[in-house]
Amino acid sequence: MINIFEVNETNKMIEQEKLDVRTITLGISLLDCCDSDLDTLKQNIYDKITGLAKNLVSTGREIELEYGIPIVNKRISVTPVALAGGRACASPEDFVEVAETLDRAARDTGVNFIGGYSAIVSKGMTPTDEALIRSIPAALAATERVCSSVNVGSTKTGINMDAVKLMGEIVRKTAEATKDTNSLGCAKLVILCNAPDDNPFMAGAFHGVSEADAVINVGVSGPGVIKHALEGVRGENFEVLCETVKRTAFKVTRAGQLVAQEASERLGIPFGIVDLSLAPTPAVGDSVAGILEEMGLESVGAPGTTAALALLNDQVKKGGIMASSFVGGLSGAFIPVSEDQGMIDAVVRGALTIEKLEAMTCVCSVGLDMIAIPGDTPASTIAGIIADEAAIGMINNKTTAVRLIPVIGKDVGDTVEFGGLLGHAPVQAVNRFGCAEFINRGGRIPAPVHSFKN
Amino acid sequence: MSKAIVTVVGKDTVGIIAKVCTYLAENQVNVEDISQTIVQDYFNMMMIIDTSRSEKPYAEMVTDLDELGDAIGVRIRCQREDIFTRMHRI
Repeated sequence: MINIFEVNETNKMIEQEKLDVRTITLGISLLDCCDSDLDTLKQNIYDKITGLAKNLVSTGREIELEYGIPIVNKRISVTPVALAGGRACASPEDFVEVAETLDRAARDTGVNFIGGYSAIVSKGMTPTDEALIRSIPAALAATERVCSSVNVGSTKTGINMDAVKLMGEIVRKTAEATKDTNSLGCAKLVILCNAPDDNPFMAGAFHGVSEADAVINVGVSGPGVIKHALEGVRGENFEVLCETVKRTAFKVTRAGQLVAQEASERLGIPFGIVDLSLAPTPAVGDSVAGILEEMGLESVGAPGTTAALALLNDQVKKGGIMASSFVGGLSGAFIPVSEDQGMIDAVVRGALTIEKLEAMTCVCSVGLDMIAIPGDTPASTIAGIIADEAAIGMINNKTTAVRLIPVIGKDVGDTVEFGGLLGHAPVQAVNRFGCAEFINRGGRIPAPVHSFKN
Repeated sequence: MSKAIVTVVGKDTVGIIAKVCTYLAENQVNVEDISQTIVQDYFNMMMIIDTSRSEKPYAEMVTDLDELGDAIGVRIRCQREDIFTRMHRI
């Protein structure tokens, strides 16, 4: 029988260490919404989303109340719109109308974000993929809750450098299109390599074509819980350190698994995966940087940071895997800058540069995330950073992503406020040497030799 | 599934258990186990309850107990047992 100490431990995690379920994300296939008429397509999409998701938010709230654990976000991911909208959308303007429909469906179901305004172009782009990509700046400027992602490479296919070049330009155009709100559109646009089909986290969530008609994916979190556990083992060796992370990750993930199963049962929608992620928020004590510093770094960014992050990422997975029947998504530690007060502090004190963050992305679960850069950064430089990240993902068989915000009118030394979970960020310096000739070559980077396993 | 855990945390005062138990009894909720400690004058109690015979909707009970806690000046939480067993038992 459960005892008072165990009950108190759990409640302390929730109340003081900010344990929460970060998101319940309902994945919805839009493939059966396809139509050659744009208005019919939009109606089909709206009806399907609002039909399946009508109880998502209220069910999430019920579970929160009954179990006493906060579920911070309720969200929706859909089939990449480049696929679902291909027959009806002849131009970028048509795609923008679909984005507006998604936004309306998100608002009417009460979710805070809807992901899947996406194209998967890791090897090549169809004309509709390209039309969707070209519509992204206008779509993100015209909508509030729509998130967009583009997968430009994979270990199996190599990197589509034409898409990388285009995305450099699209990031800049999105920044321009949303310059009145600190280029906020770029916070809802992520460029991925090896994007998973079942990621519940924004902005990269979409409902892959390998998925069922509808599915519930849950993202857990809890950096504060891990940090607190590590406070109890200061000075101990790495074996103790790793074991402590693993045990704590197990407990955190069990809570996520329970919520996922309950949500699935109550909504009558199959359970997909639990994403074992440490997702920070700008709140004090909810920081991944705080964990790394608790391990013994004077500041995140100091030598040792990559090793600390690598062990954290691995132990979170090891603890979490046993706690859940299906794991997937991104699973690991997120290192967004603007959403993590410890990362922000490290940038401000000069300890953390983009180059160090790039090294960290080799071992974390995603990539260069929520980093504000000068508004005059050239498109080719942004494309170069995307190519670097995609190469890290491709070679290391991992998901990598880039979510950079070139803040129009801002430069190094300025700070940008995005609000809410997106936080605030100091504008970081980018290497000023160019790579335009490299990016302008066009074509593809072939898949690496270790991808040929067949 | 009908088991839940009620926790009461706050400044110790006369009648905390009586008031919580009265509410539970009025709603046909059986108390299966109680444990409590007092740490530095702070009252800390846990009850395992069975709500299977209660007609009160669970969500309402959570809210009622929360309000009762406010009235007494303590924090009362009522959570389904699963959240604890899943986390602490393999």
